Amino acid sequence: MARVMTPDAPLATGRVLRSDGRKGPKVRQAVSRRQTLWIWLFLLPTVLLYGLYTLYPIVASYWYSLVEWNGFQADQRFVGIANYRAVVADPAFWSSVKITLVFMLLVAPARILLSLLLAMVLNSPRLPLRGFFRTVYFLPVVTTTAIVGVVMQFVFDPASGPVTSMLKLVGVDQGIDFLGDSGTALVTAAAVYVWKFFGITMIYWMAALQTVPNDVYEAARIDGAGAVKIFRHITLPLLMPFLLIITVLTVEDTFHAFDLMQTMTGGGPFFSTEIIEIYIYRWAFNASIPQLGFASAAAVLFGVIVMLVGVVQAWALYSGRKDRGTVR
Amino acid sequence: MTLVTPTRQVPAAPKPPLGRRLARRAPWWIAVLLLAAVAVLWIYPFIWMVSASLKSSMEVFTAGLRIIPQAFAWDNYSRAWNDAGFSRYMVNTVIVTVATVAIVVVRCALCGYVLGRYRFPGSRVIIGILVATLFVPTGYTIIPVVKLSMELNLLNSLTGMVLALSGAANVSAILIYAGYFRQLPKELEEAAVVDGAGFFRVFFTIMLPLSMPVTATVALLTFLSTWNAFFLPLVFSFSSPQLRTLSVGMQAFVGENATDWSGMAAAGVVSILPIVVLFLFLQRFFVEGIAGAVKS
Repeated sequence: MARVMTPDAPLATGRVLRSDGRKGPKVRQAVSRRQTLWIWLFLLPTVLLYGLYTLYPIVASYWYSLVEWNGFQADQRFVGIANYRAVVADPAFWSSVKITLVFMLLVAPARILLSLLLAMVLNSPRLPLRGFFRTVYFLPVVTTTAIVGVVMQFVFDPASGPVTSMLKLVGVDQGIDFLGDSGTALVTAAAVYVWKFFGITMIYWMAALQTVPNDVYEAARIDGAGAVKIFRHITLPLLMPFLLIITVLTVEDTFHAFDLMQTMTGGGPFFSTEIIEIYIYRWAFNASIPQLGFASAAAVLFGVIVMLVGVVQAWALYSGRKDRGTVR
Repeated sequence: MTLVTPTRQVPAAPKPPLGRRLARRAPWWIAVLLLAAVAVLWIYPFIWMVSASLKSSMEVFTAGLRIIPQAFAWDNYSRAWNDAGFSRYMVNTVIVTVATVAIVVVRCALCGYVLGRYRFPGSRVIIGILVATLFVPTGYTIIPVVKLSMELNLLNSLTGMVLALSGAANVSAILIYAGYFRQLPKELEEAAVVDGAGFFRVFFTIMLPLSMPVTATVALLTFLSTWNAFFLPLVFSFSSPQLRTLSVGMQAFVGENATDWSGMAAAGVVSILPIVVLFLFLQRFFVEGIAGAVKS
């Protein structure tokens, strides 16, 4: 969940060696054979673990998607692209793609914009108790998603859950089955998801806001700019690059909703909250005869979708940068 | 970051009258009231859970919105802890989390060190592969991981769970370490090399101790994601219920006792409490670790 990265850090690996400028090539020469041995020894644990549990699976998925394979103990039989044909012909697959994307569109804007609003309020030095509020609004992030999912089943229980009791208080007597009705389940799940991971985006925004030097605001205020003007002409332009990065991080995050969905709705009712990860899980682990080849084909297509969304965002990031370059 | 308010910057100015000052503060106090109201709603699910865990099985259904239970039913906790096996799940979760954090910290520090400080044939390829796989979802890798673990005879074991968890998606940790080691001055190791220290000694006696802040962040974020992990532990404990972690155990518990709300709530409190306490004490590191993503 919490993902941390420094995108441009590793790309400049060589730079530190030549940072003193004078003896550029000499230092690189200093990587002796003995050092090379140490370097690879240091890399060994990562190469082994990451290779076995991340890289190999990515490659193996492609092979598995081309075989008929009914159970982990069963034999594999090469069938070509038959699995892909079956997946593409399955309306349930497309329904899960649609639900994954709808979920993303419900969740990402809410997380990004609402948390910006809160971060701006919490960032103001004149707000009392800001540390306390930050803790409270961040708290759901650290709790175990799978357990929150189970608890939410009870919180939204239409017979005696607390949400129903609250609604009775304001005059809604008929309990609403938020998670049990296929019309409301996805929206409810999206709301819970926003609540659960809201704090991460809020912290992103607070970090972004802290990069705006306070003198800029001071100067604007002295010049007589009001709060709205300050936001429109100072805060917003300065936050634009962050908006893109935060959008990328948040959108990628919405593809990891398995824990919450599986424990809260299990993909139901009537598959109305079945995101792709649950679809894959259902065919691979929850079927009477596991269809591992079929599920692998769905997984590969899922990977392609995640990649496509990533490419679109990278393109937006790139062209956004270019646009700003020409404006200046 | 300490921010100075404009009123404090001009101490020479006479204080405005009390009424004006109150009027100027009023919007902030209204904001506080609003934020506080939302905050109560925000943590309400947790308040409800704690409250339900202390009510009798009957009272949970009939109490409505009353938070304080009529009589504290502590036996919910002993039921969850002993009968439902959460003591076992807790031990499993602690073992898996501690082992995974140890492996991840060591391997990411080693890898980040050489990637951040040395250029060697293949270093760019490795970095490229790491960055390209930054966002790989578990749902994508799960089938080969299970098959592989089965072949290594590690499927129904905590060892297999730990290896799978520490082998997946810790790219960000490597990148933080690489970025940190990259900006340390070169003179540090030159002095040590003059003193006769080798590659290994330089790393362990100079570099690793210097990277404590990064290690704290990486360890904490890995602790959080491992403690809360669900997909991999679920798949690894399908046929061995005694290997369940807390998150998997919770789902199994409601699957078997759908009507035991207070027991469920007690189990939830037991599972979430350690990570919440850890967060409250080490909040700064959590926040810094997450904020690092956009600061670059």
